[in-house]
Amino acid sequence: MDFASSNGGAAPRSTTSAKIVVAGTFVGAVSEINPLRTEAVMTSASAGIDDLTHTGDKTTTTVAMDFGRITLDQDLILYLFGTPGQDRFWFMWDDLVRGAIGAVVLVDTRRLADCFPAVDYFENSGLPFVIALNGFDGHQPYTPEEVREALQIGPDAPIITTDARHRADAKSALITLVEHALMARLR
Amino acid sequence: MTTPGGHPYGGAQQPQGGHDQNRFNFPSAPSRPVPEQNHYQQYGQPQQPQMPPQPPPRAARQPAPKAHNPLVRPYAMTGGRTRPRYQLAIEALVSTTADPARLQGQLPEHQRICRLCQEIKSVAEISALLSIPLGVARILVADLDVTLLERVLSGLRKL
Repeated sequence: MDFASSNGGAAPRSTTSAKIVVAGTFVGAVSEINPLRTEAVMTSASAGIDDLTHTGDKTTTTVAMDFGRITLDQDLILYLFGTPGQDRFWFMWDDLVRGAIGAVVLVDTRRLADCFPAVDYFENSGLPFVIALNGFDGHQPYTPEEVREALQIGPDAPIITTDARHRADAKSALITLVEHALMARLR
Repeated sequence: MTTPGGHPYGGAQQPQGGHDQNRFNFPSAPSRPVPEQNHYQQYGQPQQPQMPPQPPPRAARQPAPKAHNPLVRPYAMTGGRTRPRYQLAIEALVSTTADPARLQGQLPEHQRICRLCQEIKSVAEISALLSIPLGVARILVADLDVTLLERVLSGLRKL
């Protein structure tokens, strides 16, 4: 990634990058590149390990991580790192989180308990985060305030509703996060 | 904190004031005869007592090499702030890929930091190499980070 030697006659182009971590999968909705995915077909090997009680038709799962990219300006690139839900990949989180602006935690209200570890992790690491309630099929059974109460989240962390399949929704979730991170730093 | 007159604080914070000389000239009457002077000094310049402790070690540490006495005092660079926007470790590594030609609109101190950090430097090194107090270096570096966040935000909004 070194462009220093290629500055012939044109102005040298150097880029700055920033990083956002997403706990849950919505990297594909906003990324401009075909996201690098480690989605794998679930096999009988995961029986009894990955809980499918509420997601009976789930046939694939993210293994390890997702990765996407958004070019924000000529010299500014935003990288999105999607973290896996499975807690057996937690050894990767410390590396993913290092230097990140903040994190979006996607919450499936049908399996609320699944996000406890992620919320705990980001609270402990001091990384600014927002909770995005993912309405599957556009259906939002609970209000953000009900979820805040259930998750015992302080009043300063934003909770928003989103549809992770839609680009506009994913984008506004990222905007909410960066605004929140900025406010946290200016405080 | 509850002392209404405040002259004990005034005496400690402004050792070079006229009040000090009075004390040496009249050792038998320490600080009592001139409490009003202290009131004026304290209320007239409320912010200053926090910063002056920083400059003296700097001047002392910088004897011969390129002895340029900056017109701008360190606390002026930070707008009087004594604390960075967020916690920044002394050993935190800073580097930039910013094109030196694009630094024009930045503060002179930010430009110096950016030029220095073309190679990775720690906050402590920035402070030492630019001979600015560590607290000030921290504040300036933290400000640069906020600039990046603002760019990310405006970039996302334009998508």
